[in-house]
Parts: sequence; C-alpha cells; structure tokens
Amino acid sequence: MTDRTKGEVWVFAEQEDGRLSGISFELLGKGRELADRLGVPLAAVLMGSGVESLAVGLFEHGADTVRLVDDPELKIYRSKAYRHSMVELVKEIGPQIVVFGATHIGRDLAPAVASALRCGLTADCTDLRIGDYSDPKTKNADGTPHLCKGVLLQMRPAFGGNIIATIVNPYNWPQMATVREGVMKPLDRVSGRGGTLVRHPSRLEGVDIPVEVLEIVRRTSSVDLKGSPIIVAGGAGMGSKENFAKLFDLAAALGGSAAVGASRAAVDLGYCEHDRQIGQTGQTVRPRLFISCGISGAVQHLVGMQESAKIIAINTDKDAPVFKVAHYGIVGDANEIVPKMIRAIKQKGG
Amino acid sequence: MNESSNGRPGGYNSVVCIKQVPDTNKVTGSAMKADGTINRAALPAIFNPEDKCALEAALRVKDRWGGTVTVVTMGLPAACGILREALMCGADKAYLLTDRKAAGSDTLATSYILSKAVAMFKPDLVFCGRQAIDGDTAQVGPQIAEKLDCAAVTYLTGLEMDGDFAVAVRDIGTGVERDRVHLPALFTVSEAFGELRPAVVKRAMKYKKAKAPAENGGVALEGDLAIGQISCDDIGAEAERCGFAGSPTRVSNIISVVLAGGNYKDIPATDEGVASLVAELCADHTIG
Repeated sequence: MTDRTKGEVWVFAEQEDGRLSGISFELLGKGRELADRLGVPLAAVLMGSGVESLAVGLFEHGADTVRLVDDPELKIYRSKAYRHSMVELVKEIGPQIVVFGATHIGRDLAPAVASALRCGLTADCTDLRIGDYSDPKTKNADGTPHLCKGVLLQMRPAFGGNIIATIVNPYNWPQMATVREGVMKPLDRVSGRGGTLVRHPSRLEGVDIPVEVLEIVRRTSSVDLKGSPIIVAGGAGMGSKENFAKLFDLAAALGGSAAVGASRAAVDLGYCEHDRQIGQTGQTVRPRLFISCGISGAVQHLVGMQESAKIIAINTDKDAPVFKVAHYGIVGDANEIVPKMIRAIKQKGG
Repeated sequence: MNESSNGRPGGYNSVVCIKQVPDTNKVTGSAMKADGTINRAALPAIFNPEDKCALEAALRVKDRWGGTVTVVTMGLPAACGILREALMCGADKAYLLTDRKAAGSDTLATSYILSKAVAMFKPDLVFCGRQAIDGDTAQVGPQIAEKLDCAAVTYLTGLEMDGDFAVAVRDIGTGVERDRVHLPALFTVSEAFGELRPAVVKRAMKYKKAKAPAENGGVALEGDLAIGQISCDDIGAEAERCGFAGSPTRVSNIISVVLAGGNYKDIPATDEGVASLVAELCADHTIG
C-alpha cells in the first residue's frame, strides 16, 4: 500500500435472508460523513449469495462503491467464512477505516477480522469523528508528542455507561469499530443515485469451515423500538406487571406508531420481555417523543434514550436522575398520571 | 457413561476463561475521581457475571459427558478469589496468569496471551463469558478462537455433545440458530444460558484454602489446593505482542457522563397540568 491516507472508508453491509439490515444504512450515513471529511470514496462491502440486487439500495443511501463478494458458501453467516473473505479483501484493497454494526453478526465478525489483521477494534461506538491524536508515549526527535493527523476518533461508553472513552488506533490500520444500532442517522434515499459495483472472489477454496448451520428459527414477535416515533417506557416505579400493561393503553391512545419500552429494572422484575429493554444492554432509541414512566434513570438506561427529541419524565422522586434529561417533568405517580394522559389525549382527539 | 450417551470415552476437556471485574453496576459518585476517571479501588471486585455462565456451561458438559474443567484468569494475584469460587463450584484445576508484561493489554493483546495459555491445555472445548461488565466489548472470545483457528460459536444458549462434534444453539438476535460444530471449538456464553450453580459446601470448606504461589510468598501449595501460576514466558508469548506493546488501541480521552439538564418544564401532576401538556404537544405536532 502506498499512501494509507488515500484508503477508502468501508462499511460492512449486513444482510440476512437477502434483506439489508437497518444498521447498514445507518453506517452508510456516518461513513459518508467520514469519507467526505477525508476526501476518499465510501465503499460498502456486501457479502452473501445472490445478493447483487441489494447494491442499488446501498448506492441510493450514499455508497460510491459496492464491493460484492457473492458465493454460495456465504449464503448464511458463518464466522470463519465471512472472516476469511473479509480479511483477504482488506489485505488486497487496503481501506483506512472499516466499520461494522454492533449487531450479533458484527460483534462476531469484527473481532475475528481485527484479530487476524492484528489491528485495533473499538466496540459499540456511539460516535465516530475524524481528528488528530497527540501520542504521549511516542515522542518526536525534539521530545514533543507525536501527532497523528486525521485519525478515526472512536467514542464509546464504558464502565456501564458512566464514562465516554475516545479510543484511537493510530498505527495498525485499518481503523476498525463496531457501531451501536439506532445511533447513527441514515441519509435520505436518493432514487437513481448510482455507483461502481466491483465483484471480488470469496477466496474460500480449500478453506475448512468447522461449522454447519443445521437450522435457523426466526423470532416473529421481535419488537423494533428504533422505528417508533413515539415510545412510552416503564420502569420499576410501575409497581406491577398489571400496572405496566396500562402503558400499552397509553401507546394505543397515541396512535398505532407508538411503542412500549422498558428499563432494565422493569425487565428484571418480569413486567415485560427483554426485547423491549432500552439502554446499554438493550436498544438505543431516539424517537420524536419519549414518555418515561416510573423510571429513575440509571445512566445505563439514559444512554439509550437521552437523544430523544422530547422527553417527558414522570417519577415520584423529584431528585430522580431521569429529570436531568427531561424536557417536561411531572413529579407524581405514573400510575395516576398515565390515565390522566390517556383521557387528555382522547378528549383532544375526540 | 450409559450406552445412550453420545459423548465419547474420556469425555471432554474444557478450559474456561474468567475475569475479575469491578462491579460497574455499583458505580456511584464516590467511585468517580475528580478527573472523570473511575476509582476502581472504590468498587467491589466480582466474578464477571457472564464468565460464571461460561463456567456453568463447562460444568454441565462434565456432569453429563465426563472430562475435566480448567479455569484460567489473567490478572493480579487478587484475582485468585474468583479462581477459588470456581473450584468451590466444581472446577478441577485453576490457573492464575499473572505477569507485568501483560499490563495495559487491550483486547488484541489479551486474546493473544489467553490463546497461548489455553493452547497449553489442548482443550476440546473453550468457554468464555460473552463480555465483561467493565468493558462490554465481547471481543476477547472471538479473538481467542481466531488465534486458535478453531470454530467460534458466540451467544451460546444450549449445548449437546456428539462424538467429535458439538451441537450448539445460539442466539442470533433475530432468532436462534442450531449449529453442528467440529471440535475443538470456543463458545461465548451469555446470561441466557443459565446461572452458575451454587458452591458445594464440602468443596467450599476445602478450596477456601487454595492459593497461588503469588499469595503464599512464592511457594506453591501441595496437591489439590495449589492454584497454578503461569507467566507470559511459561506460555511462550512473545513480549512485543503482550501488554501495552501488543495493544494497537490507545485511549485518547475519557469524560465522565455528566447530565446537564435540570432545566425541564415542571408540569403539575393534575388533570389540568397533564391536559395542558397534551395540548402543547398537539400544537407542535409531536403527537396527533
């Protein structure tokens, strides 16, 4: 590789069953910003079997190039097959940045790729920027810290969300990161926007893959909070599973697009299933309106919802941390406020 | 072993990688230093929760198909606490990997060192917790598997043995997947797999006395009570791939999460208050 700063920015375009995952578009949105800042092309790496038609959607959401690796061996995600093809592709092309979604696939694939390439990897980033890094451990001849220009600054929550660390990988490129779902904004689709499709071999001939997928059973009722413009979320303060269920009535009153979420405490208490959990170990959301009911607001929860456009917090404890991120606060019992809110909405609508 | 068992003679030898971590669920104001970093000493040190699940997975294999369970931790001698816990719950052998050269390791260096240690035992099965609560990276398990060039099965929720194969059930986020995996294989285990069994009273009485040489003036205890102690040299780890030298990532900056806020609009908890809030949200088209 000649000048590494000329390398492309890559996003891993994740697909399952021939459908692109939402994270792929979110990554393209951020990738576009990084590539423009560096003045280099943005490429999406698309792997699978019979997935060429998905390239159009990647171009329309910001990719300049789609690097397609199409092979029957890649039909279903398997760690070693995807890792091997990805590693070979990185070695051949030499991108400067490669980002993956922090999904089940991304969190399986990215560490293996980074390990094989012996480069750094930052998990679960909530922001990525281009900037300079002054390295205190590597000195210039005059004793000043070595300045690494135009590196990828990788921000991630750590210690259960209590701190945000900025991680850099200044020397062993490519710079790699996984990105939390629901954090980056996809670009608006530009119909007809095209790009360059480049086909690459999988290089899987003679590679022994020790895993055979016997069966996949998809969950049908998986709750997608990320797509909901309005979220009503409940915490331990709801007091019981029956009380928690009232939140569904509020969501229904707010219209079909409102969804119900929960804090970890509510999930742990069995008020609802884990797929509704919001926060560090659940989903990250940023709806137009977030109504927080009986959630005190542990930082692990707040990192998953504080970007919401409008936050209404309802809690009996006026000192609850949730009020620090709220735009509207109601100090009171959510079990009393929620019915009032339903009535007010119905009156307004009727 | 009864005849219907689909294991194999001698069972399966497992290595479980475990870590002692600060209990980040207990981070409060007093655990934050003025410069925004965490005062680790102010937090209780615990057995990483998902590493306990990894140990449980290995113990279940041993219960049903026979074999051995070896636990390894990389850390300071204080980490022997969790090795003793593992012995009390049923692990056969425990090793402390402790070395100044390992200090400052990021996930790449950590996985390199652990892979060298694991390889020493030539296991059939390797178990890791999905992630540790102090970093939440979930990277070390898959990276150990890459370095051992063995199968990696992440998010394990169920496991059966079948001769030289394992049939593993894993969570793939959008559902579950069942895999047939050739051994040796590494599994990362999350809380969905199941909780670690409690310590056996007899074992607890016995193994509370187990010690590594580092805790005993450099002298190894006799017999079962000896916690093995290994260094980077013992496992043949190259110094330039360990610790800070072997870690490509750098922490550029750390900020504590300080919630600005406090400037919310106070809505009275009355019918009128709630009605006026709803009216305001309708007016600006947030709802309706």
